[in-house]
Amino acid sequence: MAAKIILSMDGINIKEYALQKERMTIGRKASNDIVIDNLAVSGEHAAIITILHDSFLEDLDSTNGLIVNGVATKKHFLQNNDLVEIGKHSLRYVNDQVSKTSAADFEKTMVLRGPVKIPPPPPVAIAEPATGFTQTQVILNKPATPPLEQTDKLDAPVATAQVAVVQILTGPNAGKELELVKNLTTLGKPGLQVAVLARRPHGFFITHVEGATFPLLNGQPLSEQPHPLQDHDLIELAGVKMEFFFKN
Amino acid sequence: MKIAEALQIVSLTHPGMVRTHNEDSVGVETAYGLAVLADGMGGYNAGEVASGIAVSVTATEIAHRLQSCTPTDIDAESHEELGVVLLRDNIRKANTSIYHASQSQPQYAGMGTTIVTGLFYDNRVAVGHVGDSRMYLLRGDKLSTVTKDHSLLQEQIDSGMISREDARYSKNKNLVTRAVGIDENVLPEVHVYPVQIGDIYLLCSDGLNDMVEDMDIEAVLQAMQGNLPLAAQQLIQMANDNGGRDNVSVILVKVLADFEVPRSWPVKLLNWFRK
Repeated sequence: MAAKIILSMDGINIKEYALQKERMTIGRKASNDIVIDNLAVSGEHAAIITILHDSFLEDLDSTNGLIVNGVATKKHFLQNNDLVEIGKHSLRYVNDQVSKTSAADFEKTMVLRGPVKIPPPPPVAIAEPATGFTQTQVILNKPATPPLEQTDKLDAPVATAQVAVVQILTGPNAGKELELVKNLTTLGKPGLQVAVLARRPHGFFITHVEGATFPLLNGQPLSEQPHPLQDHDLIELAGVKMEFFFKN
Repeated sequence: MKIAEALQIVSLTHPGMVRTHNEDSVGVETAYGLAVLADGMGGYNAGEVASGIAVSVTATEIAHRLQSCTPTDIDAESHEELGVVLLRDNIRKANTSIYHASQSQPQYAGMGTTIVTGLFYDNRVAVGHVGDSRMYLLRGDKLSTVTKDHSLLQEQIDSGMISREDARYSKNKNLVTRAVGIDENVLPEVHVYPVQIGDIYLLCSDGLNDMVEDMDIEAVLQAMQGNLPLAAQQLIQMANDNGGRDNVSVILVKVLADFEVPRSWPVKLLNWFRK
């Protein structure tokens, strides 16, 4: 299903427009695809250019401009649920393709044959951009991958909402805390002994990377494999002791 | 130093968390400093067939030629270095093989593949690619892309339609504008770059860079540069942790030592004048 624009005023939906053409214009004049008969709207106010699944909004040098999600904008790459305001009218962009089709289908690489003409970058938004996206676009291979519901679950953000911290217990930096905000945190010195703490969806893991001696976890040397970390685990690396814990 | 000793090469491929087939193929010829990675497409198992042909044709043909020649030789016809010629010609050869297979066997109709390949010689790397499989370089602490995708999205970025930051929200991510085996002819892009000791080159399929941010790829290569097999595992694990919606493949090449081709002094002098 193509993306659409829902025109409304004062919270009341007036009309829906499917974005089926490559270029749809918005304006006060009757020649526009989306006509808004209001003096705050310029004769030719804006255009929406759609290339396959993506749509771009462009101001056509209108008098009163465009406000997208509360910000005045000349040119905007439309995302699902974006709200475009022109005077008292609102246009909501709805494109929920990915959630309707299986994600796996969308990720499949396909070949686009025949040149797709891309308009030259407009100096500022000008009225003359997208001519011709009509070239043959042969998209080969639409595989029938069965929809997989679990993809949504896999997409879930990192589960741990708590902040994980490593506190150094011994040595010159004793007392210092290191918040594990990145997906990967390196401990130690390259060339000597290095371990990494990796944040994964189901928790934190410590892995030995290099060095002749392996770090100790609660007094036991680590194996080659990543090892899950528990709250208040003690790590010893290159003679420095540190504690891993979750902060609330 | 011999190329096999000057480079450390590690490769790893995984079907990901969603797909049942692995349509990626990887190939490494350590003795010739060659790494090849391909990401196939096509229904049923045609994608695997296409990427498999691409890797085996390029890897075996180049290795075969290099038994009797060296990449620094000058090709008699084109007057280019053989390293460059070999990459270009053999990607074309792979194109012909895949195209013919898809023409003659209905179950393979329309199959194709991307390819990215690096041939290391004489302190340089010749990089050939078609499609959206990438080569990255970690030099010092900075990760940069070596190849530029042949994709609709890249063309839109180049034309200024869409910013690099917005590109990740595009729904047209997976449309390549060039592929191996789709048409009778293909135009491979080949460039040569100087390498430095300590460089880490990453060849990957889009299953990695669609799932893992460049920033995280950089962090992994930085943290794990001392342990390449672990770095490869970590990259694949991150792609899978983030959803693993596609097959994921990586080849890591680390430059451990100098591998300049020894030259006699008249040749050196001649080269000096050429500069």
